[in-house]
This record gives sequence, structure tokens and C-alpha cells, in this order.
Amino acid sequence: MATTIGRRSRWWFAAGAIALCVALLAGVMIGPAGPTWWRVPLALLDKLPLIEIDSGVTNSEWLIVWQVRTPRVLLAALVGATLSASGASYQGVFRNPLVDPYLLGVAAGAGLGATFVFTINRAGTSDWLVDPLPLAAFVGGLLAVFVTYIVGTAFGGDQSSTTLVLAGVAVTSLATALQTFMLQRNTDVVRQVYSWILGRLSTATWDDVRLVLPYAVVSTTALLLHRRLLDVLRVGDEEASALGTNVRRVRLVVVVAATLGTAAAVAVSGLIGFVGIIVPHAVRLICGTSYRAVLPMSILVGAAFLILADIPGRILDNPAETPIGVVTAFLGAPFFLLLLRTRQVAR
Amino acid sequence: MTSLALENVSVTYSGRRALVDFSDTVKPGEWLCLIGPNGAGKSSLLRAIVGTTPHSGRVLVDGVALASRPQRRRAQLVAYVPQTPMLPPDMSGREYVLLGRNPFVSHFGSEAHHDKAYVNDILARLDLEDLADRKLANLSGGERQRLVVARAIAQEAPVLLLDEPTSALDIGHQQKALELVDKLRREHGLTVVSAMHDLTLAGTYADRLSLIHEGHVVATGTPSEVLRAETLAEFYGVSVNVHTEPDGSIAIIPRRSS
Repeated sequence: MATTIGRRSRWWFAAGAIALCVALLAGVMIGPAGPTWWRVPLALLDKLPLIEIDSGVTNSEWLIVWQVRTPRVLLAALVGATLSASGASYQGVFRNPLVDPYLLGVAAGAGLGATFVFTINRAGTSDWLVDPLPLAAFVGGLLAVFVTYIVGTAFGGDQSSTTLVLAGVAVTSLATALQTFMLQRNTDVVRQVYSWILGRLSTATWDDVRLVLPYAVVSTTALLLHRRLLDVLRVGDEEASALGTNVRRVRLVVVVAATLGTAAAVAVSGLIGFVGIIVPHAVRLICGTSYRAVLPMSILVGAAFLILADIPGRILDNPAETPIGVVTAFLGAPFFLLLLRTRQVAR
Repeated sequence: MTSLALENVSVTYSGRRALVDFSDTVKPGEWLCLIGPNGAGKSSLLRAIVGTTPHSGRVLVDGVALASRPQRRRAQLVAYVPQTPMLPPDMSGREYVLLGRNPFVSHFGSEAHHDKAYVNDILARLDLEDLADRKLANLSGGERQRLVVARAIAQEAPVLLLDEPTSALDIGHQQKALELVDKLRREHGLTVVSAMHDLTLAGTYADRLSLIHEGHVVATGTPSEVLRAETLAEFYGVSVNVHTEPDGSIAIIPRRSS
């Protein structure tokens, strides 16, 4: 029954929202320094208006919770949600379950754009009105995805998903090579760039949250608005067009929105791989393949996943940090291989 | 009821002319069947009418050029059943038929209550309720074909285009599918244009046949005018007996050469 399907996905949304709340709470409670974990929720309650609780959290401990952990957790949530929504949308418009922001070359292009900003006097941009880093990352990402798309469809035709992925691999290699070349000529910024590439959630500040928030909101809202049309595209360009949908316009808007989100996420958090592929596929396994469920659920689950994936990095190697990109790749690469294997078996 | 007029419709694929100056007027409620050997240009014509392939010439629905209409409005006028529809394996039968309501849903909107009610009604009338909650991957060829027709019917378009609707079906399902189209045509007053390979079935269901050969119309008229042994020998290169039943229906029987 249509109503049961609707009701069931509402339960999943509720479960996803609860998972996100649990992850948010866990994210602010756990860390090497700061107050005892169970005191944190009390301290948070204490900050609410009209509630007075003696949480036993000192002022300096509260600063760790509020100035260090909270922005880090919120940034992880925004980045996770954006990367997952973008991944799901790319998979929809390219009708290819294997594409994600990384395989299409978006991330490498964004990395190249960001490296460019680092090599041209990063310090000199601090007093600019708009930080050029996310913009350069966006332009680089957009350029990469368009080259991938044009090359991938020109030689492979509309149906070929393999060509698209291969084009993405080629574009990624090219962007990475250019990046390496730039870094060799500017060895003084190598350290900065590499720490940026490995993911910088650990140094997240409220400024980072404010920087990425508008991009994340615009990108995920635009993608969510297209969730029904992504379902229409599942029957192929020709039939979707015969059903009255302007396929080219939908694809263009979705690609731009997803790339904007990815580039902003990459600009503040560095390269965090596999989120855009693990999360949407895990979501499909539990609540079906309709984008009306996949997109909102990917946003909730992606946010929760990245917050949780950020936690082991803080405590495994204390006092050093394991970069989050390492954690997601550690989980994501085996998942991706498993996905390839099950798809081959299914075929 | 709605008429469909085609004026000098031509389709060219990278220099090769697939269809040359096709002109015809399909009367309201008429069933025109396009026949012809593989690659004759039948599918190209259907694609040109629905507007998914670049073409020259004009396609008029009730006297108004389709090209001058917005895309959504075109889909409200012409429904198209492709030869090999792309069927998302995980989609349920109901979700699939609901796609037919796409021309009535605003760009960012979602289907209204009456769209869902309309789809439920179609599923009930076409006896497809058992398939509504099953995944397309788990259905037989005949079941899928009925859902594809149901999706086209959900478009409420007065003109229905069918590209080889029965090529993947056994003889029983072929008959069922065509009976269904014929019934819907009578109930809704649909104007139907189909491309078909089975000449006997084409002659049984269509009001009029148009034989296309290498992009040109070489014969058009009632089944008994077009389905003649010498015509078929000339354009299909086959040797057949054309047998007319007492009730006027025509059977094409291939002849063995030795």
C-alpha cells in the first residue's frame, strides 16, 4: 500500500533524526580533555533558559565543550550531510551507483583550487571580505565535474556508466598531478596543504561552521527539492523527457548544487572520502531506492555518520589525532569493494 | 477526441536519413500501425512525434504544433511506450505507474491526492492491483508490459504511441496487450500510432497501416490494401501467402522455399 510505504519511511526519518541527536550528544560528550562525559548533558541543560542545574562543569571545561567540541561536531554534521546528499544526487543524475564526489573528480578539482589559493600568499587573503578558499575549491570542483561529464558522455554515450567513472579517474589524476606540480614549486605550503587535505575537523572553529553553513543549506535544499525528479530520471533520459521533464535542466541544476555543496565541504574539512558512497547505499539497503526517501535519510545518516566517525580519531592516538579521512576510508574502502562484489553477483 | 497531423517529418542521424518527409493525418480515435523491415524508420517517427529526437517538419495535435507547447503540456497530449523501457529494478509497480502523473505535477511539487487516486483507479481497472507493491525486477515480461501501458494511460494523453509493444511477449500476452490497448482506445477515445513487426496482429488491430521502407512510405491504407503478397515480397523480401478469413481478418503465412 502506498500509505504503508509512506508511513514506513516516516518511521525511518524519525529513527534517522534520533540517530543524529544521539550522535550530536556523543560528539560533545567524548574527548580526551574536558569534563567527565556524563556532566556534559547536565551542563547543556543548565545553559537552557529557565533551567538551573549544578552540572559541576568548570568554566574552562565548558569552553572546551562549547568552543572546541561543539563547532567540530556541527561542522562534521554539515559536511557529512552535504557529502551524502551530493553523493546520492550524483548517483541519481548520472544513473550510476558507483559515482561519488571523489570518483567524479570533484574533490580533486576542489583540492587543486584550494592549493592554488594556498600557493598565492594565503596569509594575504585573511583581510579579504570573502574567503577565496571555498570559492576556489568550488570553481576547481565544478571544472573537474564538467570535464568528467563532457568527456564521459561524449565518448561513452548516454548509457555508458563505465566511461564516466574512467573519465573521473583520469580527471582526478590530472588534477592531482597539477596539484603536486604546484606544491613542488611552493614547498613552503606543503605542510598546510597536506594537513588540509587529510581533513581538518580537528581544528574546527565557529568561523568554519559559519563559512560552510550557507553553502550546505543552499546545496541540500536544492537537492531535496529535486528528489521527485531524480525518481523520474530513473527511467532514462528519453522516457523522462517524454514524461514532460526537462532532463538537461534538471541534470545541470542538480550537478551545480551537488558540486557547490561538495566544494564547500572540501574547502572547510579537506578531503573526506567515501562518505558520499557509503551513506546513500546503506540508506538504500534499509529504506528502498526512491530518492524521496534516500535524499532526506542520507542527510540525517550522513551527518550522524561523520560525527561518529570523528570520535575514534580523537581518542585512538591521543594526544595525536587520526585524521577523519583515514577513518572514513578505513570503513569506506571495504564497503565499496563489498558493493562491487554484490553487484557482480547480482548481474 | 484528438487528431494527429504529421507534415513532412524527417529524421536524420549523423548524416543518415532515417525518415524522409513523412506526412499523414491520423483521425481522432483511429489506430495507425507502422510496419516495415528493421531500420525502416518506424521508431524514428515515433520518437520525432514525442519530441525525443531532433527532426524537421511539423507535428500537430488538434491543429496546434507540439513544438510550440511547453514540454509538460506535450506530455499531457502524447504518451509514449518505448520498445525497451528502462525499468528501475527496485521500483514498485505503483511507483512506476505514478511516474505517468509527472506531466501534471509542478516542477518541485509532489503528486496530489487525486493523482494517487487516479493511479489506484487505473491499477484496479487494468487488473494490476497484485503488481502494485511488487518490485519491477520480480515481474514477468507480460506483467511489466502491462505496467508500462498503465503508466502511459496515467498520462491521460489523447494520443498514444507504442513502439513494438508486443515484441517481448508470447502469443497469449501479445493478444492480451493489444486487446487492452484496443479497449482503452474505445473507452478513452484514444488516437493510437504503433510500430509493429507482427503483420497479422497489425492487420487485426489497426484501422490503417503505413508501410515504411528505407525512410519512405511505400504503401498506406486498410490492412487488406497494404498486406498483399507482392507488396510484402517487394519490401520485406519474403515469400508469403496472404490468407483472408471469412470475417475479413488477414493472416500472413510464410512459405517454405523448397
